[in-house]
Amino acid sequence: MKIYLDNSATTSLDGEVLQAMLPYFTDMYGNSSSLHGFGRESLNAVDNAREKIAKILGAKPSEIYFTSGGVESNNWALKGAVAAAKGRNKHIITSAIEHPAIIETCHSLEKDGVEVTYIPVNSDGIVSLENIKAAVREDTVLVSIMTANNEIGSIQPVAEIGAFCREEGIPFHTDAVQAIDSQYIDVDKMNIDMLSLSAHKFHGPKGIGLLYIRSGVRLKRLLDGGHQERGQRAGTTNVPLVVGMAKALELSAANRANYNKKLTKLRDYFIDRALQEIPFTHLNGGRENRLPNNINLSFEFIEGESILMVLDLEGIAVSSGSACSSGALEASHVILALGGREELAHSSIRFSLGRDTTKEELDITLEVLKKAVDRLRGMSPLFNVEKGTGSYV
Amino acid sequence: MYNKKVLEVFQNPKNVGEIDDANGIGKVGNASCGDIMQVSLKIENDIIVDAKFKTFGCAAAIATSSTATEMIKGKTLDEALKVKNADVVEYLEGLPPQKIHCSVMAEEAIQAAIEDYKKNHAKK
Repeated sequence: MKIYLDNSATTSLDGEVLQAMLPYFTDMYGNSSSLHGFGRESLNAVDNAREKIAKILGAKPSEIYFTSGGVESNNWALKGAVAAAKGRNKHIITSAIEHPAIIETCHSLEKDGVEVTYIPVNSDGIVSLENIKAAVREDTVLVSIMTANNEIGSIQPVAEIGAFCREEGIPFHTDAVQAIDSQYIDVDKMNIDMLSLSAHKFHGPKGIGLLYIRSGVRLKRLLDGGHQERGQRAGTTNVPLVVGMAKALELSAANRANYNKKLTKLRDYFIDRALQEIPFTHLNGGRENRLPNNINLSFEFIEGESILMVLDLEGIAVSSGSACSSGALEASHVILALGGREELAHSSIRFSLGRDTTKEELDITLEVLKKAVDRLRGMSPLFNVEKGTGSYV
Repeated sequence: MYNKKVLEVFQNPKNVGEIDDANGIGKVGNASCGDIMQVSLKIENDIIVDAKFKTFGCAAAIATSSTATEMIKGKTLDEALKVKNADVVEYLEGLPPQKIHCSVMAEEAIQAAIEDYKKNHAKK
């Protein structure tokens, strides 16, 4: 038995997406920058993909730039905006719960003298517009707030932030990598100036993503080389992956309402049962404004990775904290930002559901989880099995 | 990232629990750092006749606790103090680099338990 509940880490490749890509791995291998027929065939596919994607996002095709994924898009948005901005002092506003692709880019920029304000979140993991307003300075060159958080699924008030930034004339970037599969996004209506996406989070291929850049936004390119992507992103266009991303986004948008309905129900079912049936369990993040596929729970007195490993030995795939930091010993910066006890940050597990997740799978997971938690608490010096309670003192 | 041996020990740890009449107890780490190891020993005539552990921590922390307590059972205190974290790692056929500190904690927990015993049984 295998149960995959780590869809926020990556998703399966959709069969239709694979079929759409295959011809571009085999027969149609032309370089889309070449002038001849082989090239034109590939360029045609890239143009179609760009148009489809632009339409779904409410953008113009010329505002879509293909990249290698979320990390590149986020690096480009931040470093490119800073490099293009005038003035000696430069300031960025972001949130305390961004993905490492943003946080680490900010840390790198800080070493170069850029000042960064990390806006805190409330106990539900939501940024407040008021705090962003208060942080704006003369030299603020960019506001970057994620659309939804990857660990706890908290959905940020991106449209409000976008409207405010538009009024202030500050470019607004959002990392929508984790949100796009379930959230409707229209860059015009939401006043988004830049947006990062990665295809493998919505059943597309790995290694491809995009940065939407509103025309008129000043951004320095990261890569020097060929003239691809209107001279802004050098490198031979990865035609099959571009085609795959467009197909995946098309399918995601078309099925969004159905999946959201199904997943919200499954998510709430799992959260309710876990909180009721497993003592000393906490939900990280709020119930409202939460991605329909995200469940993040802390199980007191035991450590997250050990829970993950017990579940893994039973064939159930989950994540502790963020997948990227599971090799590190630091507690999740996201859970810590919620303001709860530090111990709880070490005890968190993310269950991220997918379009194929079933209620039966969740029932099995709950049974395995209950046993795992009991077993690990039995080994924990913080828990007294006879009394059925624990203490961190 | 874990090898089969580590997973096997993690899945079937030995010496879990506390010894009711332990005469040496060592506890290292803290919950805000993400791991705590507690070792209790029953020592008779300078020989460790029983060793148990309770651990809050990752799979490596549990596997090293099990291994370290298993390695010192039946040993004299001097022999037990010679059990180093490298021996624990070797028994487990290796640990990921970022988990080596778990084996160090296991060594420290045993040393702390032996010190506790020695303190309680110092010649008066």
